[in-house]
Amino acid sequence: MSAPHDKAPDSGRRSFIGAAAATGAGLGVAALAPGLQLIEVSAAGAPSTGASSDKRWGMLIDSNKCASGCDACVKACNRENGITETLQDVRQSSQWIRKVDLKDPKSGREHSLPVLCQHCAKPTCVDVCPTGASMKRADGIVLVDRHICIGCRYCMMACPYKARSFVHLTLTEQNPEVPRGQGCVEACTFCVHRVDKGQQPACVEACPERAMLFGDLKDPHSEIAQRIAQEATTQLRSDLKLDLGVRYQGI
Amino acid sequence: MKRTLVGLSAFLLLAGSVYAGTPKPAVKIENPGQCIAPAAEMRANHMEKLKHTRTRTLRQGIRGEAASLNGCINCHASKTTGSVLGPGGFCQECHSYAAVSPDCWICHQPKAKQPVGQTTAGVQQ
Repeated sequence: MSAPHDKAPDSGRRSFIGAAAATGAGLGVAALAPGLQLIEVSAAGAPSTGASSDKRWGMLIDSNKCASGCDACVKACNRENGITETLQDVRQSSQWIRKVDLKDPKSGREHSLPVLCQHCAKPTCVDVCPTGASMKRADGIVLVDRHICIGCRYCMMACPYKARSFVHLTLTEQNPEVPRGQGCVEACTFCVHRVDKGQQPACVEACPERAMLFGDLKDPHSEIAQRIAQEATTQLRSDLKLDLGVRYQGI
Repeated sequence: MKRTLVGLSAFLLLAGSVYAGTPKPAVKIENPGQCIAPAAEMRANHMEKLKHTRTRTLRQGIRGEAASLNGCINCHASKTTGSVLGPGGFCQECHSYAAVSPDCWICHQPKAKQPVGQTTAGVQQ
């Protein structure tokens, strides 16, 4: 589109364009111009302003509520993100979220919790990535740019939480909003395609015990920020000082 | 010399007839006149538009821009196969003709999500 002008449009130029549109219909070029304008006005809408560092998306997982044997979050994640493939060696399967059962050998206390990408403020995967494919958005969501991921899996080695997976098979059943494919490393995205629309991640929505809470850690009025301010929460391997976006209770 | 010339012209005639027989891509436009830019511009620059948008969408989280691969797919997927790939598929037909192999489809879903023809151009998330 042309830049805005101070003066009124040149009437001579305008009549020339009109004539060109009338006579150029056979060429199929100028005739498109009026239609183009209409589409641009209707489709332009307003692209979203994008991720902002005013927010930091985070998750609070209450392991006291999390039921052992329940994998609703894992199933919801697989369904939402189109993780349908199965490998002979299950250890090689993609796993964006997994259930972990813990038992204290002394007291016998057992509890269960989901582990996913912790969306670190200082992500080791981003540090080690040789191509810049591992990246952190301004709002704290850690992602893989598959356009430039070369599948070296260095990030998988660097991640202390085993959060990342490598796609071994050719895929055909992807969710159109969640592109993923062979030869790239991938991990939980906090369902970024849903978060950008104002929705909750699929696992949070699916949890029957309401053990998972998603929200903006930087907004002091958000439920997650208030609970973290008032209740004791834990970061996994807090000794690494990675400043995690995912917090746990009851572990 | 004369023999060489005859041979050369025979070759050129043959070559000419072969090139004349190369089929042009038969691209079917399912929803004509609704694209985000004139056909000539899209033909020349669609890859640039998509490349810039993909970076903004992924890295900055800017969504709803006019150019989007899902926008292309939802509008241009074949009404019979639901896909932009396959023989006669909107993307594959031209890419085969131009002998380019973009690797979009390793990760991106080539089938339209919504029932084809019920979407507006360019505004898909």
